[in-house]
Amino acid sequence: MTSIALSAYRAPELRLPRLLAGVSYYHPAGLAEHERLYGPLPLPVVSPDQGRTWQQRPERLIDMVERSGLTGRGGAGFPTGRKMRSVATGPGRAIVVANGAEGEPASCKDRLLLTRVLHLVLDGITLAAYAVGADEAHLVVHGQEADLMACLEDAIADRETLGVDPVPIQVTGIPARYVSSEASSVIQYLSGGPGKPTFSPPRPHERGLKGRPTLVNNVETLAHLALIARYGDGWFRGIGPPSAPGSALVTVGGAVARPGVYEIEMGIPIGQVVTLAGGPSERPQALLIGGYFGAWLPARLAWPVPMTHAGLRAVGGSMGAGIVIVLPATSCPLSETARVISYLAEETAAQCGPCMFGLPALADAVIELAYQGGWGRAIEAIATLVPLIEKRGACRHPDGATQLVCSALTAFAAHARRHDRQGPCYGVGRAPLLPIPSDEDREWDWT
Amino acid sequence: MGLDVRYRLRVNPIACTGHGLCAELLPEIIELDPWGYPILSSSAVPAAVMEHAKRAVDTCPTLALLMEEVRG
Amino acid sequence: MSLSLSGPALWYATRATGLVTLLLLTASVLLGILTTGRFASGNWPRFLTVGLHRNLSLLVVVFVTLHVGTTVIDRFVSIPLVSAFIPFTSSYKPFWLSLGAVALDLLIALVATSLIRIRLGLRAWRWVHWAAYACWPVALAHGLGMGTDRNSIWVFGLTLACAAVVAGAATWRFVTAARAGAR
Repeated sequence: MTSIALSAYRAPELRLPRLLAGVSYYHPAGLAEHERLYGPLPLPVVSPDQGRTWQQRPERLIDMVERSGLTGRGGAGFPTGRKMRSVATGPGRAIVVANGAEGEPASCKDRLLLTRVLHLVLDGITLAAYAVGADEAHLVVHGQEADLMACLEDAIADRETLGVDPVPIQVTGIPARYVSSEASSVIQYLSGGPGKPTFSPPRPHERGLKGRPTLVNNVETLAHLALIARYGDGWFRGIGPPSAPGSALVTVGGAVARPGVYEIEMGIPIGQVVTLAGGPSERPQALLIGGYFGAWLPARLAWPVPMTHAGLRAVGGSMGAGIVIVLPATSCPLSETARVISYLAEETAAQCGPCMFGLPALADAVIELAYQGGWGRAIEAIATLVPLIEKRGACRHPDGATQLVCSALTAFAAHARRHDRQGPCYGVGRAPLLPIPSDEDREWDWT
Repeated sequence: MGLDVRYRLRVNPIACTGHGLCAELLPEIIELDPWGYPILSSSAVPAAVMEHAKRAVDTCPTLALLMEEVRG
Repeated sequence: MSLSLSGPALWYATRATGLVTLLLLTASVLLGILTTGRFASGNWPRFLTVGLHRNLSLLVVVFVTLHVGTTVIDRFVSIPLVSAFIPFTSSYKPFWLSLGAVALDLLIALVATSLIRIRLGLRAWRWVHWAAYACWPVALAHGLGMGTDRNSIWVFGLTLACAAVVAGAATWRFVTAARAGAR
C-alpha cells in the first residue's frame, strides 16, 4: 500500500500555470493525457481482496490541506482544511458535494475547469471523499447543460472502468437560478426538495444531506486539492503571500482587450490582473470585483489593491469568486447597477419577506435614480430601504444585493448626487456591459 | 433592567409569513417593517418581558419565532 | 326535576352540553379561519383571534367531556363509554352516535397535537390540523342525527346558524386566498 507521496513523474514548477497547465483549446484532456501531465491520482492502492484500505490515515491529507492554507474558491474564502476537518469529525458518515454550478453570470472559471481539466476536478472529489471518510460523492452543474453533463458522465465512466474512484461520483443537474447554487440550496435539491436555500443552523458541514456532515466545495478548490495531494503543501505555498497562498482563477471581463479566464498568483495587484487580460480597451472608470454580490471600486483606488479576500475587504471591496469587470469611463455605473439589481430582485427564492418585497423596491429606487433622475430623493429612499433588507433573509442573497448597491453609492457618490438632482447622464445610453442571462437561459422551475 | 442571557430570540425568515402577532405581543423588542415582517431590535430578551416573549413564541402561527439557548 | 340517574335531568344535560359544544366548536372553527385569513381591525388585534381560538377549543374539550359523561351515566339508554371513542359499538342509533365518536377522536388529535406543537414541528401539526374541517361537519351531523331536538325550531335554527357562519367564513377565506394568489 503506497501512501500519499510526491509525484515521481515530473518535478513540479513553482510558477504558473498550475491548474491550467494542461488546458488545450481543442479538446478536454482525457484520462491518459491527464495522468501524463499531472501524474496519477495519489491514493493508496485499493486491491479488492485487501478491502477498504483507503480508509486508513486520511487525516494526513487534511493536515496537508490545512498547512497549505488553501481557501475556498467559490466566493467565501473559508479555510478548506478547517472545513474538511469539521466534516471528517462530524457525527455520521460524510458526503462530498462538488459545486460546479456557476450561478454568477459573469464568471466562467468553473465552466473552464469542467470542460477542459475535468479529471483534475474529479481527482479532487475522490481525494476529498478519502480525506473526510465519505461514501457518497456528488458533482452538481446546471441542469440545462446537457452536453456538459454527458461529458462529465463519460469521463467518470472512463475512470470507473479503470477503478480510479473508490467512491462513485454522481452528476446532478440543478435549476439554473442564481440562489440554487448556494450550498444549502444544492443540498435541499439533492434531497429531493426545491433548489432554494434553507434555514441554518444547522450548517451543511454539521448536518447536511441526509442529516450527515456534508463537505460542499467549489470545483476549483477541489482542483487545487488534487494538485496539493500530488505535490505537497510546500509547493502550493510557493507562490502567493503567506496569508493567501497559491494560485486562483479569475474571470476578467468588461472593457478589456482579452476578456477571459486567467490563472493568477494570489495577492498580485488588481491592475496587473487587468494587464494580464490585455489591459483596458478604453479609459477605465471603475471595477466591479467579486461578481454581483461583490463591490464597485473606483479604478484608481482598485489598481494597486492586492487580489486577496483580506486585501479587498480592507478597501471596502470583496473578492468573491474572482471576477473582475472593467467599466469604461463612457458607461454609467448606476445604470449597470440598476440592471443587475433588477435581475437579483427577480432571482429571489421568494421565501423571506424582506428579500421578496425589499429587493424589488430597491430595484425600483435604483432604476429611478439611474434612468429618470431621482428628484432629489432617490438616494435617501435607497438609504432607508437598505437596513430593512440586509441580514434579514435566510441566505446571503439580500446581503449581496444591498452590498452591491451600497458600494455603487459609495464609489460613485458624486455621480449619484448628480443623477439625483439633475437627471441621468449620457452613459445610460451606452450598450450594457454587465452580463444578465436572457429569459430563455433562465430556468423558471425550482424543481 | 437585566437581560436574560440564557436565551435569545431569532426569526426564521423562511417560516415567517408576516402574520405580525409577535409585534402585537412583544412590542418592546419587535417592530414590523413596511411589508409586515418582524424586526428584532435585540436578540437578547429583557428579563422583565420574558413571559411575554415565551407567549409570543407560542402564538406564532408558523412557529417562526424561535427562543434558542445561547451556547457557551 | 330530580338528579336521579334515570330521570330526564341527565338527558337534558346531555342535549344542553351537546348544543353548547357545537356552538363553541363553531366559534373555534370560525376563529381558526380568521387566523389563517389574517383578520385584524383597529380594535381587534390578531393575537386576540388566536388566543380566543385556543381558549374556546379547550372549553370545547370541557363541554364534550360533560356531554359524554352525562350520556354514559344516564341509565335511561345504555351507552357504554367505549362508544364515545370507537364507532359502531353502541346499540342505540349506532350510525349517528358513531359520527360523534369520530368527531371526538378528531378533536382529541387536534387538541393533543396543538398542545405539543412546538415539539412536533410545523409540518406534522398542520397536517393533522386540516382534520378540523372534517371534525366540525361530522359533529354537526351527529347533533342533527341524534335527533331528539330535531323538531325544536330554535335548536334547528341554531344548528343552521352555525352552518351558515362556518360556510360564510370558509367562503370569505377562499375568496381572499384566491385574490391574494392571483396578485
